[in-house]
Amino acid sequence: MPMDELTADHAHDDHDHRPGFFKRWFLSTNHKDIGTLYLVFALIAGVVGYSLSGLIRLELAEPGIGPMSQLMQFFGAQAGDEAIEQAKQFYNVVITYHGLIMIFFMVMPALIGGFGNWFVPLMIGAPDMAFPRMNNISFWLTVAAFALLMLSLFTPSGTGGNGFGGGWVLYPPLSSLKGHPGPAMDLLILSLHTAGIASILGAINFIVTILNMRAPGMTLHNMPLFSWSILVTAVLLLLALPVLAGALTMLLTDRNFGSQFFDPSGGGDPIMFQHLFWFFGHPEVYIMILPAFGLVSHIISTFSNKPIFGYLGMAYAMVSIGAIGFIVWAHHMYTVGMPSDMKAYFVAATMVIAVPTGIKIFSWIATMWGGSISFEVPMVWAIGFIFLFTVGGVTGVVLANAGIDHALHDTYYVVAHFHYVLSLGAVFGLFAGWYYWFEKMFGVKYNKTLGLAHFWTMFIGSNVLFFPQHFLGLNGMPRRYIDYADGFALWHYWSSIGYAITMVGTVIFFVSLVEAAIRRRKAEANPWGPGANTLEWTLPSPPPFHQFNELPVIEPDKAH
Amino acid sequence: MKNRQLAIFLSGLGLGMLSLAFASKPLYDTFCRITGFGGTTQIAEQAPADVLDREVTVRFDANVVDTPLSFRTLQTNMPIYLGEHGLAFFEITNTSDSDVKVIASYNVTPHKAGRFFNKLECFCFEERTISAGDTKKLPVVFFIDPSLDQERNLDDVRTITLSYTYFEADAFAGAAKTASLN
Repeated sequence: MPMDELTADHAHDDHDHRPGFFKRWFLSTNHKDIGTLYLVFALIAGVVGYSLSGLIRLELAEPGIGPMSQLMQFFGAQAGDEAIEQAKQFYNVVITYHGLIMIFFMVMPALIGGFGNWFVPLMIGAPDMAFPRMNNISFWLTVAAFALLMLSLFTPSGTGGNGFGGGWVLYPPLSSLKGHPGPAMDLLILSLHTAGIASILGAINFIVTILNMRAPGMTLHNMPLFSWSILVTAVLLLLALPVLAGALTMLLTDRNFGSQFFDPSGGGDPIMFQHLFWFFGHPEVYIMILPAFGLVSHIISTFSNKPIFGYLGMAYAMVSIGAIGFIVWAHHMYTVGMPSDMKAYFVAATMVIAVPTGIKIFSWIATMWGGSISFEVPMVWAIGFIFLFTVGGVTGVVLANAGIDHALHDTYYVVAHFHYVLSLGAVFGLFAGWYYWFEKMFGVKYNKTLGLAHFWTMFIGSNVLFFPQHFLGLNGMPRRYIDYADGFALWHYWSSIGYAITMVGTVIFFVSLVEAAIRRRKAEANPWGPGANTLEWTLPSPPPFHQFNELPVIEPDKAH
Repeated sequence: MKNRQLAIFLSGLGLGMLSLAFASKPLYDTFCRITGFGGTTQIAEQAPADVLDREVTVRFDANVVDTPLSFRTLQTNMPIYLGEHGLAFFEITNTSDSDVKVIASYNVTPHKAGRFFNKLECFCFEERTISAGDTKKLPVVFFIDPSLDQERNLDDVRTITLSYTYFEADAFAGAAKTASLN
């Protein structure tokens, strides 16, 4: 990996002791090294998840079941019905693993494990995380979980073919013995259990670090917003993930030990799984986006040369998004047949979330207003984030309405909505953070032209990719279908063209990594000027192996 | 709090949420029983005194899942006044040559009517064994709570469908699972 080499090369710049390669990267207890590991891991998992979505777009580029059935023939299926049937199962498997990988092994490790580990201790002036060895366990459990998930992809489903094809939401009866009797689903459950334990340990670590290890003088109310976002995220993880773990355990015992939690023949109810899953699942979407909210605030403030507008409002907007996130879960399941009063409640509660989210959007714009704005690479990514997230937020308000949702449930409109907030929102936030902190983390500069080219190809590509999916959804194209009526062909074709454009963007991204690794332009401690006033910019780039041996003291007025 | 204490407290919070997830099972059952959520019917000890002049048609529906049984209703629908007693019969036949232990799950649609649909007696309350080749006539005695008339949300209710599904009891298919691996 390029960044391993980058950081390793600069080892001699610092006068503190660094362990050898194996001890440093495999037995690491250093928050910066673990952050780097998480980022490298997320990069690898991201490439896998991104390739899977490429298979989806390839298949959907034209009506009919083409590329995937050819792929099945390549793996030994007979042309005709056999290849077609296998292609259908494989398609379902691909969409399932695309979702799981992107959520649990790309966005979460990158934003929370990667940037969280790197910058929470730096920003709050702490020497390291509260429990460095637990940090190491979190990372390697995540790797193990990813290995289990990959293993399950190549394990019999029990219905012909490999892998679990029931969608990332894992609803029974598709995920129970009836749907997928094979061991693929059991491995998947084990994988998510492991990933869940890793995240819970990580969350405990972050909460303790942020609550107990802030530098003298830094109160919660003048702590940088990125730390706020990680604090809220960690609390959400701690409260939501155990519920998923519980639901998965029930699924596991239903499958293997004869319990009947979700089996109506034993008095169980499959709908209860949906309630449990979304009680976890809705906070989970905020877990993915809140860290991006936090780092975008820093970027907007830095490149507008102004402190963030309405700091306390921004912090408490995140807190209230997190809190309300726990009481809106059933808006994912309007179609299960709940009473209209209950729907009315979930519609109203869901719409309330638009208020704190609106506060954030307007505060970012107000920060830019009248600022001395420089359009550096991270800034264009951050502005792209605000634009795309707002588009996704608007379709979210549309979908919050139970009446409309009955028509749009499980259509491409939903797919377009959550890709605008996640694939475009969270991922653009992720790249904004990447370009903002790249020099700080790796000690070298990247090529700005490549960074901008990466932005524009991704911005155009992902909009061409996802915007037409709104039209498909409004016209009734269901999600998770391998084939479609000819009438949907035009916008599916354009959507696949959009994917091809993002592939160019991805190539540019890797070229920029290689370019930075070869050129090795020495990074500055603070390349962004006076706007960048959080503690990480007071350290050299890359920061010393151990920082803040003498704790920085924060003056009351010089915060965030 | 010290780091370690705080971490222990937070782990407790996580474990608390985990146990809440499991507690949700009985809570969910209780919730459904009390509120009639998902069309859960009510059990009553005695019929109401008054009968209202509002008529509702009760329709009947019978299903079986993975059992060698045939199960049908002996009437398709029955007009009934709110508060009036209804008596309906179902018929179950074991078409196999071995005894089958069965249990029913049931609800009404529209779901919002569940809170008002009361059973005084029902074949569905207990597990039962149908001997090989046997046919049994199964009764259900029910009434619709007259207070349904006062609920604005239920003004549109003209028909209520009472549905039963028979499952084989203890149908855990652990062995089937290993057998079906490819």
